[in-house]
Amino acid sequence: MKARRRGGGGGNIVARRPFPAAARKELGDAQLRANLRKATHTIRDKRLQVVGEVPDWEELRRSGAAIKDDVLSRLPELLERFEAAATAAGATVHWARDAAEACAVVTGLVRDTGAAEVVKVKSMATQEIGLNEALEAAGIAAVETDLAELIVQLAGDTPSHILVPAIHYNRSQIRDIFKRNGLSALTDDPPALAEAARRHLRAKFLSARVGISGANFAVAESGTLVVVESEGNGRMCLTLPETLISVVGIEKIVPTFRDLEVFFQLLPRSSTGERMNPYTSLWTGVTPGDGPQTVHIVLVDNGRTETLADSVGRQALRCIRCSACLNVCPVYERVGGHAYGSVYPGPIGAILSPQMSGEGANSTLPYASTLCGACFDACPVRINIPEVLVHLRQIGPHPRAERAAMRALSWAMRDRRRYTAALRAARRGAAPVRWMAGRRGTVRHLPWPLSKWTSTRDAPLPAKRTFREWWATERGDG
Amino acid sequence: MKVALFVTCVNDLVFPDTGRAVVEVLERLGHTVEFPVEQSCCGQMHANSGYREEALPLVANFVKTFDGYDAVVGPSGSCVAMVRDWYPKLVPEAGEVVARTYELSELLVDVLGVTDVGATFRHRVTYHPTCHGLRMLRLGERPRLLLESVRDLELVDLPGAEECCGFGGTFAVKNAGVSGAMLADKCRSIVDTGAEYVAAVDNSCLAHIGGGLSRGGGPAKPIHYAEILAATS
Repeated sequence: MKARRRGGGGGNIVARRPFPAAARKELGDAQLRANLRKATHTIRDKRLQVVGEVPDWEELRRSGAAIKDDVLSRLPELLERFEAAATAAGATVHWARDAAEACAVVTGLVRDTGAAEVVKVKSMATQEIGLNEALEAAGIAAVETDLAELIVQLAGDTPSHILVPAIHYNRSQIRDIFKRNGLSALTDDPPALAEAARRHLRAKFLSARVGISGANFAVAESGTLVVVESEGNGRMCLTLPETLISVVGIEKIVPTFRDLEVFFQLLPRSSTGERMNPYTSLWTGVTPGDGPQTVHIVLVDNGRTETLADSVGRQALRCIRCSACLNVCPVYERVGGHAYGSVYPGPIGAILSPQMSGEGANSTLPYASTLCGACFDACPVRINIPEVLVHLRQIGPHPRAERAAMRALSWAMRDRRRYTAALRAARRGAAPVRWMAGRRGTVRHLPWPLSKWTSTRDAPLPAKRTFREWWATERGDG
Repeated sequence: MKVALFVTCVNDLVFPDTGRAVVEVLERLGHTVEFPVEQSCCGQMHANSGYREEALPLVANFVKTFDGYDAVVGPSGSCVAMVRDWYPKLVPEAGEVVARTYELSELLVDVLGVTDVGATFRHRVTYHPTCHGLRMLRLGERPRLLLESVRDLELVDLPGAEECCGFGGTFAVKNAGVSGAMLADKCRSIVDTGAEYVAAVDNSCLAHIGGGLSRGGGPAKPIHYAEILAATS
């Protein structure tokens, strides 16, 4: 497990490489870009359609944001209430400060059962803490049962999307992955691929003694956990094994059962573009004689408390992991999730990963955005992602040369005489370049650091006469 | 009406024709334009790049320079969005001048109640709604309404119009590869329309798009929509 950083969080949320370098590699993969474009545009269009059907969508978004903000403002109290209610219902609640602690707790619990294999419900929290790796190190096989997670696991890969972890693969690539792992699919038709996975997983479900899940919501008043899914494989894991262990981020709390009404409308439409998701499972502790008889809940911090302490950045904790922001993001669409180096990619990852884990390579993530604002418009809980990105750019480290240039510019521009002189100098300095540029009027190559601009497009030149020079001459009051 | 022109630093230095176009359009409509010479930069680049402290003196200069005018007009969606969306967060006392600062199409359509500014432009044009105009200022149909009223102008829809062109200020240099990939897609969409010109409310986005087009992206030319509104032949 990685060393603890400023944000306090560890696990698979700490990028190993700066975003620009990681993005460069992904940009070179034309197949990846084609897969991503097709998939994100399909989900994007579906989302727009089903969101457009809801007349009070904006009110729902505001309600979702308000409920989450209320939770964040009294999180300690609600967490204790959740713990008390879940405990009263027969669950055992554990607290984990970070990824390492959470992995240790879960590994210990599985060991106590003597099981050598566990079945897993798709869960971001367990991906975040690196649970599969930790279990494997302890000699326990973790079987992902969500179809897309299974594909990623069989490929020996990491997820590249919150909701659709195998979005970077197309179906013929998936058939090849299956083939390599002994899952026979005759064609690359989606039903044939699903059938192959189904046969593979059915055996796992029937023999598993331990199920591991995350949770989309944790209801404080009742101690209820909620998993929202599409395939029904999650429900198999939640009901068949004797022992169920759920890893839950502390921000997943909602105060009351009634609050779920808002999120059950917001989440499916924002994530899969469905009016309603096919399977919604709710459980409260242990129900004697029905389902798992040993129920554990591991509440994980892993940098969330640090994030909560930031008055601007804390809105990132409203996130319900729908991934609508990924699907509308023009940057994500070009590079995919792996470039972000965290299980939380895309716009939400760019504000969540650096806050939870602190500095290092993650400090390049707040710059992985044009601030186009498409993410904010799509977010069902109104996280103002551009605002947080700018805020994180403000508090993060700055390259020394850039800082010097920005200071100099600010100094020159805050005073009329200095500013006018700077404009004149820029115009005059451009004269020989303009001569070389000839009739085209734009420049192909400029020296560093301006070469970063001309590496991909021509540069415009300062005009022969600035606007203020024209105004002074023509209007005579300059 | 007496209107103060906030030309923006990029237009002042690189695209003065856009500033002149705004003056021409407003004067043609019978209004008086003033150019407060104390103005410089709104501070957007500093603020968006994480240099809040360096942005603040520029914000203060803007507020001082434009205080007291009935209306301030800027031919830039992103600079006006900086003033309207960010100034209240940076300097809470900036209040009044913020509310009276308009992007050109807001001033024309909402304040002055005009969509036909008496322009003629005999060309095929496509319109790219820039992100800050679209999603921060919510300009909506205003620029299109103005362009649709221009005589002889053939306005063609841009496929995927609402997708970012990839400029993003310092993003264009910090993540030049991704920016270039977005630009290539935008150029392709523009070329597919068969338009001679791609118009927008922001010269910074247009400099990026134009730089991509002249680098081999296609024959269309970038043009600020104010220059179309000023044209009479």
